[in-house]
Amino acid sequence: MALTKDQVRHVAKLARLNLSEEEVEKFTPQLASIFQHLDKLAEVDTKDVPETAQVSGLETVTRADTVKKGLDREDFLKTSQRESSRGMIKVRKSI
Amino acid sequence: MHKPLKKLSEELRSGTISSVELTKYYLEEINKRNGELNAFVNFGKETEKNALEMAKHADSIIKNGEGNELTGIPLGLKDVFCEKGMETTACSNILKGFKPPYEGTIVARLRKMGAVFIGHTNTDEFTMGASTETSCYGTTHNPHDLKRTSGGSSGGSAAGVAAGLCAWALGTDTGGSIRQPAAYCGVTGLKVTYGRTSRYGVMSMASSLDTIGCLTQTPEDAAIVLKHIAGHDEMDGTTPKVDVPDYSTLLGTKDLKGIRIGLPKEYLGMGLKDGVRKNFEHSIEQARQMGAEIKEISLPMTEHGLAVYYIICPSEVSANMARYDGLRFGPTSDAKNLVESYFEARTKGFGDEVKRRIMIGTYALSAGYYDAYYRKAQRVRTLTLREFDQAFKEFDVLLTPTTPHVAFECGSLSDPVQMYLEDVMTLPASIAGIPAISVPNGKIDGMPTGLQIMGPHFGEGQILKVAQALS
Repeated sequence: MALTKDQVRHVAKLARLNLSEEEVEKFTPQLASIFQHLDKLAEVDTKDVPETAQVSGLETVTRADTVKKGLDREDFLKTSQRESSRGMIKVRKSI
Repeated sequence: MHKPLKKLSEELRSGTISSVELTKYYLEEINKRNGELNAFVNFGKETEKNALEMAKHADSIIKNGEGNELTGIPLGLKDVFCEKGMETTACSNILKGFKPPYEGTIVARLRKMGAVFIGHTNTDEFTMGASTETSCYGTTHNPHDLKRTSGGSSGGSAAGVAAGLCAWALGTDTGGSIRQPAAYCGVTGLKVTYGRTSRYGVMSMASSLDTIGCLTQTPEDAAIVLKHIAGHDEMDGTTPKVDVPDYSTLLGTKDLKGIRIGLPKEYLGMGLKDGVRKNFEHSIEQARQMGAEIKEISLPMTEHGLAVYYIICPSEVSANMARYDGLRFGPTSDAKNLVESYFEARTKGFGDEVKRRIMIGTYALSAGYYDAYYRKAQRVRTLTLREFDQAFKEFDVLLTPTTPHVAFECGSLSDPVQMYLEDVMTLPASIAGIPAISVPNGKIDGMPTGLQIMGPHFGEGQILKVAQALS
């Protein structure tokens, strides 16, 4: 399948990445060539084959719902370089 | 002073050396050699102070007759292992300055035992690469030839152990990131069964494939490390409650009598360089002389490994990288609104390879393509698993070279597909979640080659046994 520049621009937007025109020029043939390799999978017969999401064999693992002391909120706030107030990170308006 | 950790541990116990002396030795080696190797990142006074404090603590544990084989031994942490209070960046600009407020299960366990964290080792950005060339701190050079890459993504860990800058190192292996650099640098690299070790506190790349393992000087050392890092963890729901044996007791004899070794023929057709084939055949002959039963086997799904991996991995990358939105970590922005600040942080913060994988994954998971890519890959994964399960009914281990050639020159692979093909021999074990180890397998013109030994799920004991016998 030939990937177009517009598709690359669209995917980048969905992924919240700005691409310059030079980057679109660079990434389009690279991604097209990668997908050429990935498309080969269509040749494999997978009729009636179930999917494997992960191989540990475990399903819906839960922990006892007990209250434990968590990590300090102030320590976490320090990991952001943004301003915080009343225990929360301040962000720009979203709407 | 650089010796296998088993030997160092005995010397620490007998009082021949102290952990402080050993740590000072390694710090000095890093100061001397890291300029040309670039195996350690963010290394400075703070790192040295931290390591020496840990060493002093280790000496007091040893003095009280407590601790274990890892107590007092300096190790490198791949820069994706959160270490409390120490900058941990996954070698990405988006995490520059991030000092984790907590650390994960394995790092905390090692701290409790009195292991010494001597510094963080270089990796491709968020472990995405096969050469460390995507690291925001630049490439790690191969100690055997500085013009060549160390391999990746755990290139800093492999080069660090090979050059004698640390006794051993932690690494992560998602598609070959421990085994390939181990082969290129001439050290032992163990990738465990998916779920054998806890991933809690380690930055994720592809959650259904990521495993935590080690790079060591010998398979015996890997057996020691594994005993201490493996096991169920309630903080990682993918770690089954499978007993952790004392792997060291399974090693010891150079006898492979009755061991059934399979040689998957598809791997041997992958454009192997002559020297790699010769070294591999030499190891097979050695195994035969030790009494192993050797037979060829066919694993037809091998050729689809690349496609399966490069759909599943980037799909999971695109989801895992979504958390890097520039709010909780990373640089600030002057963007006018929230959405623009996401764009700004991610565009500036991520390098090209991370962006490529995010885009591949976003596309493969989008409506209309999900069935053709992600679902299809998950089905072929089932077929790969079945194929290995069948093979391990007939064989105890499978042997292949780790890579088709020796370490390539820095900057020589500019095409992403060529870089992806680097992992062609290590990907199938990752897809099936089986354990595999790479051990040194002789050299070609001074450059190391690797022997890969794969085993069934939770068969770390048997691959370590064969690894030790053949190295």
